[in-house]
Amino acid sequence: MSATRTAVRTHWVAIRAMLLFTLVLGVGYTLVVTAIGQLAFPARANGSLVANADGDTVGSALIGQSFTDAAGDPLPEWFQPRPSAAGDGYDAAASGASNLGPENPDLIALIEERRAQVAAFNGVSPQDVPADAVTASASGLDPHISPEYARLQVARVAEARGLPEAEVRALVESRIQARDLGYLGEPTVNVLQLNLALAELEG
Amino acid sequence: MDALLAVAQAATLVLVLALVYRPLGDYVAHVYTSERDWRVERVLYRLVGVDPRSEQSWTAYVRGVLAFSVVGVVFVYVLQRAQAVLPFSLGFPAVPEALSFNTAASFVTNTNWQSYSPDVTMGYTVQLAGLAVQNFVSSAVGIAVAIALVRGLARRGSGTIGNFWVDLFRGSFRVLLPLALVVAVVLIAGGVVQNFTGFTDVTTLAGNSQALPGGPVASQEAIKELGTNGGGFFNANSSHPFENPSGWTNLLEIALLLAIPLSLPRTFGRMVGNPRQGAAILGVMIVIAVGSLAALSALEAAGAGTAPQLAGGAMEGKEQRYGVLSSALFATATTLTSTGAVNSMHDSYTALGGMMPMLNMMFGEVAPGGVGSGLYGMLVLAIIAVFVAGLLVGRTPEYLGKKIGPREIKLASLYILVTPTLVLAGTALSFAIPGVREDVESTSIWNPGVHGLSEVVYAFTSASNNNGSAFAGLTANTPWLNWALGAAMLLGRFVPIVLVLALAGGLAAQQKVPETAGTLPTTKPQFVGLLLGVTVIVTALTYFPVLTLGPLAEGLS
Repeated sequence: MSATRTAVRTHWVAIRAMLLFTLVLGVGYTLVVTAIGQLAFPARANGSLVANADGDTVGSALIGQSFTDAAGDPLPEWFQPRPSAAGDGYDAAASGASNLGPENPDLIALIEERRAQVAAFNGVSPQDVPADAVTASASGLDPHISPEYARLQVARVAEARGLPEAEVRALVESRIQARDLGYLGEPTVNVLQLNLALAELEG
Repeated sequence: MDALLAVAQAATLVLVLALVYRPLGDYVAHVYTSERDWRVERVLYRLVGVDPRSEQSWTAYVRGVLAFSVVGVVFVYVLQRAQAVLPFSLGFPAVPEALSFNTAASFVTNTNWQSYSPDVTMGYTVQLAGLAVQNFVSSAVGIAVAIALVRGLARRGSGTIGNFWVDLFRGSFRVLLPLALVVAVVLIAGGVVQNFTGFTDVTTLAGNSQALPGGPVASQEAIKELGTNGGGFFNANSSHPFENPSGWTNLLEIALLLAIPLSLPRTFGRMVGNPRQGAAILGVMIVIAVGSLAALSALEAAGAGTAPQLAGGAMEGKEQRYGVLSSALFATATTLTSTGAVNSMHDSYTALGGMMPMLNMMFGEVAPGGVGSGLYGMLVLAIIAVFVAGLLVGRTPEYLGKKIGPREIKLASLYILVTPTLVLAGTALSFAIPGVREDVESTSIWNPGVHGLSEVVYAFTSASNNNGSAFAGLTANTPWLNWALGAAMLLGRFVPIVLVLALAGGLAAQQKVPETAGTLPTTKPQFVGLLLGVTVIVTALTYFPVLTLGPLAEGLS
């Protein structure tokens, strides 16, 4: 066989193999996984959606959301999530981070600004503001805050809602999720689920 | 406390990987040495036009790898260019030419660099038929080439090194597909989404609107980690809660991306008839990995630098559910393998912390490296190591009974020169070509000062080593970076593969030389230390000058 004919033959084999792989690994595999997922874990396969007391879907337990007014200012009656670099903040169609480097003047200014804002908003001292409250997450959709940041917001939320501070504090404590297996990752508080429970508290 | 947590999670990971090492390594060895074809495989071979019982010379093997990869690039390119008329495109238009080339090169080379934001660029058809398929087959190609090299070491006086098509099929259908199926279902159980519903619009608790994405994510996530691919379904990659929802899914994903590369030394040991040969290779990989993890964990936990100090911790670009330590573990694993998935944004790491992922890639992706590519990379270094040892005592070096002669050393030397050349030339050209330099500085670079140089160095390191992670502030979707990085990925993948297969062919043809008192034993700690030294000296030190200009300058100033 000439070199050209060998090369042509090899490429035909490659093309047929690629079509076969596309069918089996692209289409077949994906459909089988989808079918198993939809049958065995439909809620999770469809995004762990959560509803409020009225049964309206208000988001996903896994995806953070903003608790701001139309002007983008934080609402004092809701626990606030971390800063977000996804779109204008918690845009689930545009996940992403700030990617600002450790010496970037823009990031330094942002952190100073956030620290001052969080401190003033919650009536606490700037040095009590934890790191997660002044830094944007990797996904821009981080559904969690640290227990420290949740506790720091208790007095403000309780006042805005006219609830006893102890009651809100107890709610936060009950919502703290320990590290997986006790040592993987960090302790968290899911902001959406905390706020859902908060809304029900007033009933 | 921090140190304890870091040790506990690393220990869990080591335990899990130790449990899979033997069964997985032995299974893979069985897959590639078995004489029996499954009935369904025989049907498929006939459909494709392959004789599974025929063996190939190394040149025929190369022809198969290259033909299959050329077809892959064309296929993924055409799919993207035709996106506007494809079903399930979510309304996205055709992908532009330069970006389509870059993405095609990226997924075929197992790099999975993403110049684009998938959330707003790729519809479901391109993700499935193009990208997910390459996630499987580019990994299978990597394993096939490694197995071919191992056969070269194991065989005597043989003119052939296996059959590429059979290796490709078996890797895809017997190794990757069954594992991916199981893992994908476990990930769904952990909260990773798997549907075709597109975006769901909801009114949030505070009355704002939010468009929640859907998609076949779990199926992609499983093979993306297992095949050390790394291309995210979403822009935020494995930091996205729909890709990696919790602390335990995070550890699972880390275990997955290490499982095959770390088990392949066992496969190697089995195939050359002495598992301790594999254990020595594994030992080198583990020493590098543990050292690198300890360094990155300590650097990120210390949180040096103006912004991390001001924030009270290096949490910019990190998720609360992982924190600093589980982020550092992922970053180490993803850059020591050629995965490139990220659960945190390396661009925002502390200056010296951000250097560690770069350094990991600069080791040449051998500790443990990508599926297949890590093993063949380490075996090439082993050949260099026995050569160095031979020079020291003044006798002809041999490895596993094969003489390491001029041909072997030429091929191995060329191999280790390829990626540094691509990385350094690519970076240098980005700043040396008038016009390109202005474009890189004004459009691509995101952070000011030396950190901007680090972004470009990182990009070419990642592309040339087929990793795919990024200092993601860099805007790589420009004509120069799309074409230059695309070329770096293709050359960084296929030039070494051709050299490895040439090496395999030559070794297979040799007879075995008997072991003598002067033979360097390659199963002892002495050899582990030697190989470790060679790895550090011939790979990482090549990059020392450029590191001093970038992250070292930033971190030490």
